[in-house]
Amino acid sequence: MALMRITSPHAHGPLRTQRVMQHVLLATVPGIIVLTHFFGFGTIVNILWASCVALACEALALALRRRPLGFYLKDCSALVTAFLLGIALPPYAPWWLIAIGIASAILFAKHLYGGMGYNPFNPAMAGYVVLLISFPLQMTAWAPPRGAGEVPGLVEALQACFTPAAYDGVTMATPLDVMRQNTSLLVEDLWVQSPQFGRWAGLGWEWVNLAFLAGGAYLLYKRVFTWHAPVAMLASLALLSALFYDGGSSASGGSPLFHLLSGATMFGAFFIVTDPVTSAVSLRGRLVYGAMIGALVYIIRVRGNYPDAVAFAVLIMNFAAPFIDHYTQPRTYGHEHGGKDG
Amino acid sequence: MAEVSYGELSKNGLWKNNPAIVQLLGLCPLLAVTGTVVNAIGLGLATILVLVCSNTAVSIIRNIVSDAVRLPAFVMIIAAAVTCIELLMQAYAYELYQILGIFLPLITTNCVILGRADGFAAKNSLGPAMYDGLIMGVGFTAVLVVLGAMRELAGTGMLFGGMDLLFGPAAASWKVVVFADYQPFLLAILPPGAFIFTGLLIALKNLIDERIKKRQDALKEKPVKGSKRVRVTGTIT
Repeated sequence: MALMRITSPHAHGPLRTQRVMQHVLLATVPGIIVLTHFFGFGTIVNILWASCVALACEALALALRRRPLGFYLKDCSALVTAFLLGIALPPYAPWWLIAIGIASAILFAKHLYGGMGYNPFNPAMAGYVVLLISFPLQMTAWAPPRGAGEVPGLVEALQACFTPAAYDGVTMATPLDVMRQNTSLLVEDLWVQSPQFGRWAGLGWEWVNLAFLAGGAYLLYKRVFTWHAPVAMLASLALLSALFYDGGSSASGGSPLFHLLSGATMFGAFFIVTDPVTSAVSLRGRLVYGAMIGALVYIIRVRGNYPDAVAFAVLIMNFAAPFIDHYTQPRTYGHEHGGKDG
Repeated sequence: MAEVSYGELSKNGLWKNNPAIVQLLGLCPLLAVTGTVVNAIGLGLATILVLVCSNTAVSIIRNIVSDAVRLPAFVMIIAAAVTCIELLMQAYAYELYQILGIFLPLITTNCVILGRADGFAAKNSLGPAMYDGLIMGVGFTAVLVVLGAMRELAGTGMLFGGMDLLFGPAAASWKVVVFADYQPFLLAILPPGAFIFTGLLIALKNLIDERIKKRQDALKEKPVKGSKRVRVTGTIT
């Protein structure tokens, strides 16, 4: 038996949709834990309720479209949408907000376009933008992080979600908001004056971003996606913020480190931008796609009027993904560009 | 061209060939001003009036104007009609005139109107042309109002708000609060909501059409199964 040779094909079990989705779910766990540590149980309640609604919506849509229920429910894609939206929404969001977001994500952004694999827009981000445009008040109410204010417990989190009228929450501007709205202070003064800043970026936010970075590294290791899109996005965001940052004034938009570790940067880079369905497909295309998202994130964050920019940037580039693919088709060996024979 | 029956015209304008949800003409005002029922009714009435006037005038002059210059002539007629309506609205419903803003003069460019002028009125006699203008306008307005109601309800939780803009101060009390303590759903009032609700409306219409067709098919006589020998090779004499 010592002479046994293994010949090609060296086949291995391919990543099925279900496995990919389970990897993604697993990779969000560190981020969720850190979010829960800093902002309390709101995120977990968000995710649990969002998952219930997402499974119900998915089942409803599948039943209406007469598709096999078990097969599609088991692929976990609805759960991934629920997790992503639950993480993106502010903790202690009322139940109807989450339900509307999930319903628009699953019914409108996903199943109206043909379901799993056919949606041109990232469902979670479409749901997020629907909510952000419709309910700006609720969508910008982020709780203060541990260290800058009281963190509510589990009972309060449940109460905030299911009996929102009775819940009296404390909210605080996010570091990105503070940075954008201040144009007259030095960044150092801002750091001293506002309790929501931490070591490099927002208090808590820096660790949340690092945790999502770790989750992303796990997914990269598992080869769920390639490095191109996330790295391009982070690089262009860092480059732009480095170009415009003058080292001290808050009008210049914050340092590269601040932007990399603020808001939804890492979460977006590794969990949203890498969506295989709505992103560009070719490797060069993914570089362009990611870089454009990074640039848009910077522009909308610094010049725009919304709390964060990842959702808008991703949706805009979702439009452009087929266009990018058209111009970045890899050349087939033996053929010239444009599909002509060489 | 053969005379068209009024029944057929009504069916076309209201359902089968509805300008808004089948021909998809005049989408710009359809999407822009259907945030509330009162806006929808205001624009709908204006469109009906313009359609009737322009169809009538076009039908009258259809044998005089040469083919080469017919489109400019039609547009002039439509623009004149729109100007009249605009001045009337300015006089009698000034607030609504302000709300509708640019979309009132833009009725001139509404494809429904030029489409009906060139496609129908220019080929038909006065009576059918007038009636076609009226019924197409009513079909368009019906869609506007349904869309306005859906968006107002979803967006604000109320119906028929601000009717006094169009129907005088007595109408201020027509407002119906359907959901008390409602969080305004801004998306429904904003342009994306218009697209989404128009899409849903079109889908609903197609669904109903499909159901009707299925029912009619079921009612039709089914061909008798089994073979009946039919003589195909000539007749016995």
